Amino acid sequence: MRLIQGNEACAEGAIAAGCRFFAGYPISPSSEIAEAMARLLPKHGGVFLQAEDEMASLGAVLGASLGGARAMTATSGPGFSLMQEHIGYAYLAEIPCVVVDVMRGGPSTGLPTLPSQGDVMQAQWGSHGDRAAVALAPSSVQEVYDLTIQAFGLAESLRTPVTVLFDEVVGHMREGVELNSPDPRSIGSRPRPTQPPGASFEPYRANEALVAPLPDFGRGYRFHVTGLMHDERGFPTTDTSIVAALLERLEKKVQVVTELVEPESYLMDDANLVIVSYGITGRTAKAAVDVLRSKGVKAGLWRPRLLWPVQDGLLKEALAKAEAVVVVEMNRGQWAREVERVAHNDALLHPLLKAGGAVITTEEVIDHALEVADGLPAAASRRVPLAEAVSWTEGKNQARMVVPASTTAKIGATEVDIEKKVGGE
Amino acid sequence: MSTAITDAATVTRVPVTGKEKRLLRHAMMPHMLCPGCGHGIILDAMLSVLSERYDNLDNVAFVAGIGCSSRIIGYIDACTLHTTHGRPLSFATGLKLARPELTVIVITGDGDGLSIGGNHLIHAARRNIDLTCVLLNNEIYGMTGGQAAPTTVLGAYTTTTPQGNTQHSFDAAELAKAAGATFVARAQSYRPQVFGEVFGQALDHVGFSFIEVMSDCTEYFGRTNRFGGGADMLMSQARYEPSIDADLARRPTVEPIADAQPVRPVLPTGLLYRSSRLTLEETMGIKGARSSEVNETGQYSTDQGRDA
Ligand SMILES: Cc1ncc(C[n+]2csc(CCOP(=O)(O)OP(=O)(O)O)c2C)c(N)n1
Ligand code: SF4
Repeated sequence: MRLIQGNEACAEGAIAAGCRFFAGYPISPSSEIAEAMARLLPKHGGVFLQAEDEMASLGAVLGASLGGARAMTATSGPGFSLMQEHIGYAYLAEIPCVVVDVMRGGPSTGLPTLPSQGDVMQAQWGSHGDRAAVALAPSSVQEVYDLTIQAFGLAESLRTPVTVLFDEVVGHMREGVELNSPDPRSIGSRPRPTQPPGASFEPYRANEALVAPLPDFGRGYRFHVTGLMHDERGFPTTDTSIVAALLERLEKKVQVVTELVEPESYLMDDANLVIVSYGITGRTAKAAVDVLRSKGVKAGLWRPRLLWPVQDGLLKEALAKAEAVVVVEMNRGQWAREVERVAHNDALLHPLLKAGGAVITTEEVIDHALEVADGLPAAASRRVPLAEAVSWTEGKNQARMVVPASTTAKIGATEVDIEKKVGGE
Repeated sequence: MSTAITDAATVTRVPVTGKEKRLLRHAMMPHMLCPGCGHGIILDAMLSVLSERYDNLDNVAFVAGIGCSSRIIGYIDACTLHTTHGRPLSFATGLKLARPELTVIVITGDGDGLSIGGNHLIHAARRNIDLTCVLLNNEIYGMTGGQAAPTTVLGAYTTTTPQGNTQHSFDAAELAKAAGATFVARAQSYRPQVFGEVFGQALDHVGFSFIEVMSDCTEYFGRTNRFGGGADMLMSQARYEPSIDADLARRPTVEPIADAQPVRPVLPTGLLYRSSRLTLEETMGIKGARSSEVNETGQYSTDQGRDA
């Protein structure tokens, strides 16, 4: 057991998963990952490169990965924005890599030292075009270690970029961690071609798992890698049916992840008030569930460790018996939209959203949930679409969005009465 | 930088044996270059040099960005990595550090390597990573339809400079040298033998070797500036060579015309600069990398020649 920071645990996890190449550009609050990698990699025969910017960082990671190294980069907000083109490249060219984004407040330079969960949508939609992202969301230092290892396993076995998303608090807090050596199965391996090198080798011909075997550069297989749409030989094509099939395969290929990453379900069996939250707020919400239970509220927590692709089936199951759903997120409503999509019932939704740099506390979750619970079982009469359910008010120190329990709004009617509540009071 | 120019007479001709055809990726043909495009000449010259050295390109990786120039790597039967616009040097840096035993050759354009990718170029030069970067300079953005590049000379016409270019241009070779490249050369598609010569030297050089190649975009730069076809543009690269000058005098298309339309700059060619210092691989202590010590003793058949 070691007492370390989330960012250090990320580096330790990467090393344990066999990462031997890291390139990065300093940025708060993720810099400690680069610093730890600079310390650790040489001891493990790996290479650390401080690159000239974030595009170069991920570019170098992809080059190293094609050379055969397990490779990772880490960044925060503005750097994550810069990396988007190369994340899309890695997805289309199917180059395994791990991209860590320690979220800070945005947009722009925003709040370099304060936490947020504002990059959740960017992790899925930040790069142009259709793409099925894979993004993991740890909420403790131990989980940062474990999920970083799993991120490598998924990236390598599926030949796809995997993002590990956590916020500044998880990145900087210190907790005791078991740095267990990973089960070889969890660190995965790249599918390799079974046929010898030769003209008939097709680098983008997929196996049954929809993954194409990937040889390293410089081992006798001579092949082309491009960010243009390509056929199974890797050659550029504009044949619309080939392109459509490629996009479909890439999307289907990663769906298996939804079966491989387990969400946390806490006191969900009889819960009628379901809190959905991830990352650091997943923890404050969990503590709130205990208090709510002691007050007689049948609260439960469903905490995804996988944000993309959304585990629709599991989420639907989790919401099946809910009379109220509280999504707790440190942004202005990002993953809440996914919950809304899956729940397909606006009446259930009572999001607690807060953007501005402060963590949503356990007390805030309790207060909010109690108000929601007070309204049960009459919740069905308060049909509030998510988009209207948030009123924005200026708090003492930060902007905050609060959904008042007494909100009334009628779908399709002109009458809307949203009560305002000042946050932080 | 000195105004050295390689004397064409001193250049060892690269024999045309047809061996280079072995190194082509025939399945990718037909190629996408326009008739008269200078890039194809350089592809051919590069393969000639490589075919003298290698039976196959198993241990050579080509990395390129986006542009017509960058597309030429697709026709080479090697490991070829066609990256994003401007970023090939960053991919190449990762590949080379992970696999120091590979020969890594970066192909870029003047837009790719000097505009969007300028930052990566200066940092690759600064680090002196042991790879060869060939920048095909056609003074324009060919791939996107003939817009101005950072190498377009003042006054030149492009689709985004219909009144003539109003921005000063880069000297790529000077830039690479100032940033720390330890081998800098300039060649022309007009004389592929000179390119072949410096390309071979660049491969032998341990450290960041940079070759700027004056190439031609007949389709856009040539047409917009009325430089004539592929052959006329090749000739225009050779102004101030007495034998060519005599011939050019009979070709009004490449002379400055009345409204002060610019002619192309005359730049020194051949090996312009070389020095030796530790490579990135050496300063990082990466096993399996080449030693820059050989630069001190290495033989270069072409040296800085006569002044232009
Ligand atoms: C990020 C990005 N911006 C712009 C483009 C469009 N684009 C493609 S090639 C190119 C210019 C290429 O010029 P150069 O490198 O000089 O190559 P050439 O085609 O002239 O050989 C541009 C602007 C792109 N692909 N990506
Ligand atoms: S557009 Fe210009 S640079 Fe591109 S292939 Fe044609 S001639 Fe060559």
